[in-house]
Amino acid sequence: MDWSILGFLEYDFMRVALAAGIAASTLCAVVGIYVILNRIVFISDGIAHAAFGGIGLGYFLGSDPLTFGVASALVTALGIGTITSRSKVSEDTAIGVFLSTGMALGVILMSLSRGYAKDLFSYLFGNILAVTWFDVGTILVLTVAVLALVILLYKEFLLLSFDPVYGEAVGLPVRSLRLLLLSMVAFSVVVLIKIVGIIMVIALLTIPCAICRQHFRGLPGIMAGSAILGTVFVTIGLIISYFFDVPSGATIIITASVAFFVSTFISR
Amino acid sequence: MTAISIKDLWLFRGDHPVLEDINLEVAEGDFMGLIGPNGGGKTTLLKVILGMIKPDKGSVEIFGLNPVAARKFIGYVPQKNIFDQNFPVTAMDVVLMGRYSRVGLFKRYGQKDKEEAEKALRSVGMEEYAGREIGSLSGGEQQRVFVARSLVSNPKLLLLDEPATGIDAAQQTEFYDLLSRLNTSMGITIVMVSHDLTAVSKYVSKLACLNQRLYYHGTAELTEEDVEKAYGCPVDMVAHGTPHRVLREHDH
Repeated sequence: MDWSILGFLEYDFMRVALAAGIAASTLCAVVGIYVILNRIVFISDGIAHAAFGGIGLGYFLGSDPLTFGVASALVTALGIGTITSRSKVSEDTAIGVFLSTGMALGVILMSLSRGYAKDLFSYLFGNILAVTWFDVGTILVLTVAVLALVILLYKEFLLLSFDPVYGEAVGLPVRSLRLLLLSMVAFSVVVLIKIVGIIMVIALLTIPCAICRQHFRGLPGIMAGSAILGTVFVTIGLIISYFFDVPSGATIIITASVAFFVSTFISR
Repeated sequence: MTAISIKDLWLFRGDHPVLEDINLEVAEGDFMGLIGPNGGGKTTLLKVILGMIKPDKGSVEIFGLNPVAARKFIGYVPQKNIFDQNFPVTAMDVVLMGRYSRVGLFKRYGQKDKEEAEKALRSVGMEEYAGREIGSLSGGEQQRVFVARSLVSNPKLLLLDEPATGIDAAQQTEFYDLLSRLNTSMGITIVMVSHDLTAVSKYVSKLACLNQRLYYHGTAELTEEDVEKAYGCPVDMVAHGTPHRVLREHDH
């Protein structure tokens, strides 16, 4: 076994994994801070879990699971928003229902297909080593699109996050912006599922931003810091996973959460 | 000129009336206090004036315009929400948000917006705090920043929803003096929702009481009957030893 730290970069699948991790970290950094500031962490987690329904359907139909995953994540994002604004169901109740329904559908549809156990595991817990260069391209395109939106709508998203009631009073399209934000979350979450899996996706989306908030001021600084931190977590997680032969999704998340607890402790 | 003109306004939530047959005229230059029990519709009435809620019946005109068209003439200080005290924005960032209605979608705040924001911060005595994070300011200072935000679009009408909440007693007098100054020297018409009857009686030139129905006589006083009707019980309103009486002397 090659114990030199950079040895693992000799494998193409490791290089792809690292590239995907860096691209995804940038995406997470931009979307994640808005998730935290708008207090939609639980909604985002619900969207991730509900995406599993779509993934199961795609898998069952023998089509691309992630395309269906994005579709069901979007449906969930819009569904939660619509149900809570049009009925007496509270938001967290709606999220709970969507979350478990999506998971249940996903499990049923996947169990009706072949190769169920192995693929189920990789969707739930991620498998960054199975990521392809095409996936990296997809993540990059999405990252550029989200960055463009956030630059274009910077003051709008800031007002939405800080004071939506006031925003409404001065004519900010609050509802459309919130749906746009949820859609950005839906896209990001599905991309991240490939890397860390449904169960842990919310950690990668929020932990780097949560740490940077403790140390940086201003949104651009927090975003840049989170992108770098995310990259560091993915890299360290991958190295640990490579040398100790444990699932990479889990090592990435453990690295991130250890950093979070250390950061919280020293910035008390 | 009439700042606010509301005629025969009704608003329902389901079958239940939230605002009942409201008629209200606020003249330009008035400083009106709006009191009333919780859930009486005070915040809702402000939102109707802002065009955020459409009434089921009746008409609302702000400076002769419909509320949405009049928005650029209105400054609004919403009820103090418990915002994230670590939210990464400076006082300047917050004040700039008030320029949104002038700048519009996609465009960035320009030099002119920044100058206006500085001017607004100066008018509330907060210019030295422009670069400070909003969460690092005291309750009273934060509220001044929110007033600056409502002033930055140069409004002719200012709507404040319980603006003194979260300000300690020492800073409250200063805060109300600031509002008085905006009213008298800048000629801004003010409608202020308040629970603080003492403050209201001292500073306002008109007083109205709302509990679904509006009790208002175009004066700075209300009758004991009005207040009892609105609150559903006798309210001791002159017990604070204030220099101005809230209740009109009995005619009978």
